[in-house]
Amino acid sequence: MSNNVAINVEHVTRVEGHGNIVLNIKKGKIEQLQWQVSEAPRFFEAMLRGRHYDELRPITSRICGICSIGHSLASLKATEDALDIKISEQTEVLRRLAINAENMQSHILHVGYLTAPDLFGVGSVFPLVGSKHQDALLKIVKLHRLFNEMSDLVCGRTTHPIRLIVGGFSAIPTEKQLHNLRQRLKDDLKTTKEVANVLNSVVDNFPDFERETEYIALSSNDEYAFYDGDITSTDTGKHLDYKDYLSVMKEYVVPQSTAKYAKHVRESYMVGALARFNLNSKQLRPIAKEVANLFGLKAINYNPFMNNIAQLVEFVHNIEDSVLLIDRLIDKGIKDEKPVNFKLKAGQGIGIVEVPRGILVHDYTLDDKGRCMKANCVIPTNQNHANIQKDMEEFVPQIIDKPEKEIELALEMLVRAYDPCISCSTHYLDVKFV
Amino acid sequence: MKPRVAFFDFASCEGCQLQIANLEGEILDLIEIVDVVSFREVMKEHSDEYDIAIIEGSITRPMDEKRLRKIRRHAKILVALGACATIGGVNKIRNHRPVEQVKKEVYGDTDFKDNEFFDTFQTKSINEVVPVDCYIHGCPINRDEFKQVIIALALGKKPEVPNYPVCVECKKNENVCLFELGKFCIGPITRAGCNAICPTNGSPCDGCRGILQKPQIECIMDILEKYDLTYEEMKRRCTMYNMSIFNPSEGMTFARRGSK
Repeated sequence: MSNNVAINVEHVTRVEGHGNIVLNIKKGKIEQLQWQVSEAPRFFEAMLRGRHYDELRPITSRICGICSIGHSLASLKATEDALDIKISEQTEVLRRLAINAENMQSHILHVGYLTAPDLFGVGSVFPLVGSKHQDALLKIVKLHRLFNEMSDLVCGRTTHPIRLIVGGFSAIPTEKQLHNLRQRLKDDLKTTKEVANVLNSVVDNFPDFERETEYIALSSNDEYAFYDGDITSTDTGKHLDYKDYLSVMKEYVVPQSTAKYAKHVRESYMVGALARFNLNSKQLRPIAKEVANLFGLKAINYNPFMNNIAQLVEFVHNIEDSVLLIDRLIDKGIKDEKPVNFKLKAGQGIGIVEVPRGILVHDYTLDDKGRCMKANCVIPTNQNHANIQKDMEEFVPQIIDKPEKEIELALEMLVRAYDPCISCSTHYLDVKFV
Repeated sequence: MKPRVAFFDFASCEGCQLQIANLEGEILDLIEIVDVVSFREVMKEHSDEYDIAIIEGSITRPMDEKRLRKIRRHAKILVALGACATIGGVNKIRNHRPVEQVKKEVYGDTDFKDNEFFDTFQTKSINEVVPVDCYIHGCPINRDEFKQVIIALALGKKPEVPNYPVCVECKKNENVCLFELGKFCIGPITRAGCNAICPTNGSPCDGCRGILQKPQIECIMDILEKYDLTYEEMKRRCTMYNMSIFNPSEGMTFARRGSK
C-alpha cells in the first residue's frame, strides 16, 4: 500500500480548459482529494446585459471554441422562443445537420486526439506518427477533417459559426455540395468502423470502475434526441415543463471551483454521451447499434470511462442520421429562403439542446426593444463537476495500492473520460439585473 | 536546431488553439520545421525550454499576470494568438462595469476572500501586461495565417499583418456590399486578413481583428450619410470587440480603448 501519496496535477492536459487534481494520502489515509476548476471566470451572462437580440448568438458562441455551434443553437432557440419566431422546416433540418457536424468533430477530437494516447500508452498523438498506430491516426485525422468541412459547409466556418442567425440562415449550401457531402459521409462509415476495431483492441486499458449515479439528457419519442426533446432522468423520468429546468439542474458554489456545481436528487449527476446512451440507446441507428455491440456497451452502464465509447457510438449514429437529413433536404429541393420576419416584443425564452458534453440551456429575458435584461446559461461540464468529484472519492480507495504515477494517470484518465470543457463551465451563473 | 514552440492559454474559449488541431495533416508539415514542447490542450509532455511562446486568451487575474510574466522571461518571441490575446476580445465587454458588481452578479454573496481563483480585475489584452512581438488576429484565427506566421518565424522573418480594411478582401470576393442589403457592417474600419469570411457568408463584420491603425473617418461618415444610419448604431456595433470610437464632429478621432 502507498502509505504517502502527494499528487498535484496543475492544469490537467488534453482537456479543454484549466482543472487541477489534488490528492494527499498520509499513512494510507486520504487527507485531501479534490477536483479543482481554476479556469479564469469570464462572466458571460453579465456581458449579455443590454445587448441586442441579434448579438446574443455571436457573443455566446465565444463561450466555447469546441461547442460554439451548440451554444449558437441554444442561443437562437432561446431568442426565437422569446420573440415567438417559428423557423422553417428547411432551417430546422440544416440546424440538425449543424448539430451533428459539431457532435462528430468534437467526439472524434476527444476520442481520437485526446483519449486514444492513453490507450496507446503515449503522451499525445505526435508520437503515433511513424508508429504501428500511424494508420489509425491517419484515419482519425481524415474523419476529423470531414466533420470540420461539414461544419464549414453548413455554418460558414468550423468554429464560431457565421451563417446561423435569428430566424434562419444568412447563406446555405448548394444541392451539389450536399450531394458531395452525403457521398463522403457514406464512404467514411467504413473508416469509422475500422477506427472502432482498432480502439476495441485496446479498450481493456480503461480501468474497470463503476459507480451508480443519475443520468440526465433530452429524450424524444421520435428519435435519439439532440436538437429537441424533454429533460429526462434515469431516476425520475421525464420532466415535461422545460421552463422548470432549474428544478432539475440545481446549482451551488464551492470554493475549489470557479465553475458552479450541480445536483438533482442525488449528490451529483452525469450528462453527456453516456447519459444520452443510457436513456435513449434503443433509438440509435443500426450501424451505431452494431458498434455499441462490438464493445458490449449496454444501458444502463455505470462506468464513466465508457463515455468515450458512447461518443464513438454516437458519431456513427450522427453520420447515419446526417445522410437521412441530406436526403430529406434534397427530396424537398433547397430553397433560397430569407430569415423569417418578426416583430420585437418583451418576453422570456428558453433554448435547450444536447451538445457534445451534454444538456445545454440558454435562458434570456428581452425587453420590448429586443435588449437582453437577464441571462442564464447552464453548461454541461458544469453539471458534471460534482460527479467527477464523487467518482474520484469512490475510485481512489480502489486503486490506493498502486504506485503514485499510476494513480495519477488513472485520475487524469477519469477526468478526460468526461471530456470536460472547462472554459465553458466557468460561465454558468444566474444573473439578476436590477 | 528547430525553434521550440510552446502554447499557453488564459481566459478564452480555446477555439484558436483548436484551429491548430484543425490544420489536420498540415500539423505534420509544421512539426517538420518547429518542435512543439508544450501544448496542454493536446499533449501531456511539457518543457520550460522554449524559443517561441504562443499565447491564447486575455489576462483577468493577478495569478494569470504572474504566469504570463514568467512565460515572457522564458520566451525569445512572444506571439498573441486570437482576439482575446490581441485586443481583449469579447472578454472586454464587461469592462464598462465595475468588477465588484460583475462578480456579485455571478457568484452572489459567497465569500471568496483570499481565494486567488476568484481574484479578478478588468480584462487586459496581452500587450497591456507584457511586450508582444507578433500578432495573429481574429475570433477565431485564420488557420492559413497561423501557418504563414509559423513559417516566417521559423525562417527568422517578421510576419506581416495586413493594415487595410476588410472591404478590400470583400470586394475581391465580389460580394454585394452588406450596407446595400440593409445590414450594418464594420468592415470599413476593421483590419483585414480573414478573407472577409463573415460578409462572404452574408453576415456583417463584427470587428474581431481590431480597428485599423488609421481608419478612414471621412469614408465612415459618408457611409452613414449615404445609408441614413446613425452614429449611435455605429458606436454600438463597435462595442463587441471593444473598438471605441468618438464623434469626429466633436473633433475626436477613432481609437482603440485600453491598448498601446
